[in-house]
Amino acid sequence: MTDVLVCIKRVPDVGGEVTLTADGQGVDARHVGFTVSEHENCAVELAVQVAAATGGRATVLTLGPAEAVEQLRSALAVGCDDAVLIEVCEPGSYGPADVAREIAAVVADRGDELVLLGNDAADTGDFQVGIRLAHLLGRPVVNGVRTVAVTDGVLVARGDGVDGVETYELPLPAVATVLEGGVEPRYPSLKGRMKAKKAPIDTRAPRSAPAGSGRVRLLLPPAQPSTVDVLGEGPQAAAAVVDLLERMGVAR
Amino acid sequence: MSVLVFAETTGGGIAETSLETVAFARGLDAEVDAVVVGELPHGAAGELAEHGVRTVHHATGDAFGAYSGAAWATAVQAAAGQSRVVLAPGTPRGLEVLAHLAARLDVAMAANVVSVVPDDELVVTRQVLGGSVLEEMQLPDTPALLAVAGHAVEAAPAPAPAVGTVRELTPEVAPADLVARVVSVEPVEAVDSSGLTTASVVVGAGRGAGGPDGFGAVSELAELLGGALGVSRVVTSLGWRPHHEQIGQTGSRISPDLYIPCGISGAIQHWAGCASSKTILAINTDPEAPMVTKATYAVIGDMHEIVPAINEELRRRRG
Ligand SMILES: Cc1cc2nc3c(=O)[nH]c(=O)nc-3n(C[C@H](O)[C@H](O)[C@H](O)COP(=O)(O)OP(=O)(O)OC[C@H]3O[C@@H](n4cnc5c(N)ncnc54)[C@H](O)[C@@H]3O)c2cc1C
Repeated sequence: MTDVLVCIKRVPDVGGEVTLTADGQGVDARHVGFTVSEHENCAVELAVQVAAATGGRATVLTLGPAEAVEQLRSALAVGCDDAVLIEVCEPGSYGPADVAREIAAVVADRGDELVLLGNDAADTGDFQVGIRLAHLLGRPVVNGVRTVAVTDGVLVARGDGVDGVETYELPLPAVATVLEGGVEPRYPSLKGRMKAKKAPIDTRAPRSAPAGSGRVRLLLPPAQPSTVDVLGEGPQAAAAVVDLLERMGVAR
Repeated sequence: MSVLVFAETTGGGIAETSLETVAFARGLDAEVDAVVVGELPHGAAGELAEHGVRTVHHATGDAFGAYSGAAWATAVQAAAGQSRVVLAPGTPRGLEVLAHLAARLDVAMAANVVSVVPDDELVVTRQVLGGSVLEEMQLPDTPALLAVAGHAVEAAPAPAPAVGTVRELTPEVAPADLVARVVSVEPVEAVDSSGLTTASVVVGAGRGAGGPDGFGAVSELAELLGGALGVSRVVTSLGWRPHHEQIGQTGSRISPDLYIPCGISGAIQHWAGCASSKTILAINTDPEAPMVTKATYAVIGDMHEIVPAINEELRRRRG
């Protein structure tokens, strides 16, 4: 029986143009929705699979504003059993070390044997919360893995390394950070969605004040005026394209 | 003041991303040292010296045979000494080793760094949100840890090469740091069989391909140009093509001489993976698509008509 805690982060769902808040401290999210990283969606799927295979429970956790309950409920709808919200008013003031410390306090309290996180958050891309968490808990950690499975208390994790597909085997309790691509996150069933709507959320206050993320300000990269050279329209442009390929020396 | 670069090796020498990191470090106006963990390929120390590295710390020992992020961080820590800054390439291992060091020393770490804002305190500029936004971040601790984004600077030999003294290290590694260790590796063919990340020409295909059967002509074009096929996230999410072909923030980062994205809108998360292409030729029905406006060249229209016409023209001219 392996209880799994999977950690996700509510992030603005930006695809095209991004605008910043007037103080330059955040993304203006008034006109965008929110989502979680695809790495984390895969981590949620793996958490549900490991819990089901071992008869344990899968719990989803986030540190975020009250609205992050939306992301927790999505994870409940695809099979997580429980949800924990560490509710903070200004998630942006929590740096990766702060977030790791808050998660560590919850794990120390609950005792989940396996903690899964995304490889890096879709917005801040810090690449370090999982490793800091492991150090705080005194647990081993594997990074950027695409699949995890638990057999007889041993975590088997696989991911792409520099020389090929690497396999790690480590005893639980452990921490793993997940890259997308190893599993297909499932779609919520109607039953799952109904259950998620009513599920209680274990809401907790943060343990301590954040030390901060070191952010001075955000800025947008200078807009590059378009200099595109349109070679033509439709199949008639093929000759112009091949001329270009020949000029570039790639048509061989 | 001195700074330390964690340098990775490939079969033949120092990895390109590590040489970029050395070039970035030279910009900090400090003595640059480097640390190589495990095998030091023949000529690698000379290569680092050519790029301006003063001392190459070479950590060896049984603990470094198989990769373990925690153990490798011990080696970097042993080499760091009084370094004001420790830099790593923004590769999976570079980031992992640096994060272990950050956790162990309880200091701040910045990932995806593209430049340093000159100041009395270290402030770096780094990419967030897949590169669509920049963040200025303070690194008040010593050492300051920063992982350099790929292609933030170009690798180049130093104006004046350094001596490149090799200093051998055999740091003690705690047993706990060897628990999470690679136990087996399946050869690389399985991961990047098409050579997507190293190809000099990449043909891309997105939702515009229309379905799992829509990749014939783009695959053929890639083959005709001796290149590789890459795809957008929509394509892998829908199961039209395997994930290892995905380009972007959560896929592969490519830097070919020529990228030909067909039916790809150019969302920021996709752009994050292809922004370092030297030339982009976009094929898209929408002249306003970000991929088109950001491209060097474009052809407007249906990829299912245009790509076969290009293939035919290529074959015709080859006779
Ligand atoms: C956290 C996160 C991470 C992400 N990571 C990635 C990533 O790594 N890689 C990635 O690619 N995406 C990623 N995405 C998704 C990204 O936001 C876009 O949704 C995706 O890139 C869009 O794929 P597309 O361009 O194929 O599809 P669309 O955006 O739907 O664009 C299709 C394009 O094809 C054109 N078109 C349609 N029919 C034709 C035709 N017959 N001929 C020519 N052109 C045609 C259209 O004009 C349009 O421009 C990520 C998103 C998030 C939130």
